[in-house]
Amino acid sequence: MFDTSFTWNDFLYLLDGAWVTLQLTFWAILLGSCVGLLCGLLRALLPRATLPLSWVLDVFRSVPLLIQFVLFNSFKSIAGIDISAFAVGCIVLGIYAAAYFTEIVRSGVLSVPFNLRRASRSLGLSYLQDLRYIVLPMATRVAFPGWLNLVLSVMKDSALVMWIGIVELLRASQTIVTRIQEPLLVLCIAGLIYYVMSLVVARLGARLERRWQEND
Amino acid sequence: MIEIDNVYKSFGALEVIKGVSLTVNKGEVVSIIGGSGSGKSTLLMCINGLESINSGSIRVDGTEVHAPGTNINKLRQKIGIVFQQWNAFPHLTVLENVMLAPRKVLGLSKQDAEAMAVKQLTHVGLADKLKVFPGKLSGGQQQRMAIARALAMSPDYMLFDEATSALDPQLVGEVLDTMRLLAEDGMTMVLVTHEIRFARDVSDRVAFFRNGLVHEIGTPEQVIGNPQQPETIDFLKSIN
Ligand SMILES: Nc1ncnc2c1ncn2[C@@H]1O[C@H](COP(=O)(O)OP(=O)(O)OP(=O)(O)O)[C@@H](O)[C@H]1O
Ligand SMILES: [Mg+2]
Repeated sequence: MFDTSFTWNDFLYLLDGAWVTLQLTFWAILLGSCVGLLCGLLRALLPRATLPLSWVLDVFRSVPLLIQFVLFNSFKSIAGIDISAFAVGCIVLGIYAAAYFTEIVRSGVLSVPFNLRRASRSLGLSYLQDLRYIVLPMATRVAFPGWLNLVLSVMKDSALVMWIGIVELLRASQTIVTRIQEPLLVLCIAGLIYYVMSLVVARLGARLERRWQEND
Repeated sequence: MIEIDNVYKSFGALEVIKGVSLTVNKGEVVSIIGGSGSGKSTLLMCINGLESINSGSIRVDGTEVHAPGTNINKLRQKIGIVFQQWNAFPHLTVLENVMLAPRKVLGLSKQDAEAMAVKQLTHVGLADKLKVFPGKLSGGQQQRMAIARALAMSPDYMLFDEATSALDPQLVGEVLDTMRLLAEDGMTMVLVTHEIRFARDVSDRVAFFRNGLVHEIGTPEQVIGNPQQPETIDFLKSIN
C-alpha cells in the first residue's frame, strides 16, 4: 500500500546527521553563552567603554550567517589555519550566537531595578556580591526565554554549515532525496527530527521557567 | 554619632544640598521633615555613602564616610536604611532576603544567619512568612521585611526614608509601630517622614528642611508645636 525506497539505513543516516546538528548546536551555544555573557555584562556595566564592542557584534548580527561561514572558511584556508570544517562551523555559529546573546544579557542586567541594587549595597554587599547574588539571578530570569529562543534558532541555522561541507541533518536528508527521489517523505522525516529535538529543549526550558514563575 | 558638617551636594548643575550641618548623637531619634525636593532623601543616601558629596564631611563614629580609604561596605554594616519602595529581592524568600547579608557580608554560618533572620522576622511579626516569596506579601509586610533585613545586620544606626509613604493607609500603622518599638529600644535613628504626629511622638529632635538647608531644628515641641519660621508654619499647615 505504502511503497517507498526509504530504508532503515537511510533513517540511521539521518540520525547521524541529527547528531552532528546537536553537537554543533551544543558547542556553538556553549561558546556563544560564555562569550555573550561576558560581553553582555561588560555592555551593561560599562556602556561607554564597550561601545566599540557593540559595533563589532553588530557586524556579526547583521551579516547573513551563510556569508560568515563562507568567508571564515576561505579566510581559514588563506591564513593556513589548520582546523576542521566542524570547528569552523562551531566557531562561526558560536560568535553569531554570542552577538545575539550579548544583547539578551545586556537587557536582562539592565532590567534589574537600580533601587534593588542600592538596597543590596546598603546592606554592605560589595559590587561583586551584588552582581552575584542579586543582579545575575534576577537577570537570568529575564534573559532565559531569549536564550532558549537562541538555542532553537541556532539549531536550525546550523543547517547552513552544509555549505562548508559538513554533513548534518539537512544535508543528510538532501543526499537521500537525491538518491531515492522522494523529497516529501524525506523532508517530513527530517523536519520531524528537528521538531522533536526542539521540543525537548523547549520543554526543559518551560519547566525551569514555570518553577521561577511560581515565586512571583 | 553621625556628624554632618557643612555638606554640599549637586546633581550636575542642580545643587540639592547647600551646606547642611547636623549631629545625631548615640541613642537619639532625629526626624527630618520638609517639602518635596528639599534634599531629604539625598542627605540620607549621603550618610551611608550611596551618594557622593561635593564638599564638607560626614563622619559616622569618627569614620569619614566619603574618604577614599574608607571601607564603605564595612561602614554600611552598621548603618541600616529602609527606603520608601520596600525593595524586596523578588527571587529570594522572605527568610533568604533577610539571611543574605548576614551570611555574605558578616560571614555568619547558615544556622546563625537563619537564627538571626528568624529572630528579626518574628520581631516584626512575619514569623509565619519565612518560606514565602515577597511577591505574595502586602506592602506593609514587605516593608516590615525590609526593616527586619536591615536589623539582621545588627546596625548601630537606622535611616528611614519615608518608610510609610508608599503604603495603603491601613498598612501605615503596622510599620510605624515597628519603628516605634525600635526607637523605644534605644536605636539611633534618622527618619525622613511626612507622618508629623509620629515624628512628634518618637523624635528627640526634628529638623525642617527647605531648599537643601536645615531651616529650623529643635525639639518636637519647638519645631512642630511652636514653629518660629514662617516657612515651617506654612509647611506644617500645608500637610495637615
Ligand atoms: N540621581 C539623581 N539625579 C539627578 N537629580 C536627582 C537625583 N536624585 C534626586 N535628584 C533631585 O534632587 C532633588 C532633591 O531630591 P530628594 O529626593 O533628595 O528630595 P526629597 O526631599 O527626598 O523629596 P521627596 O519628599 O519628594 O522624597 C530633586 O530635585 C530631585 O529631582
Ligand atoms: Mg525623598
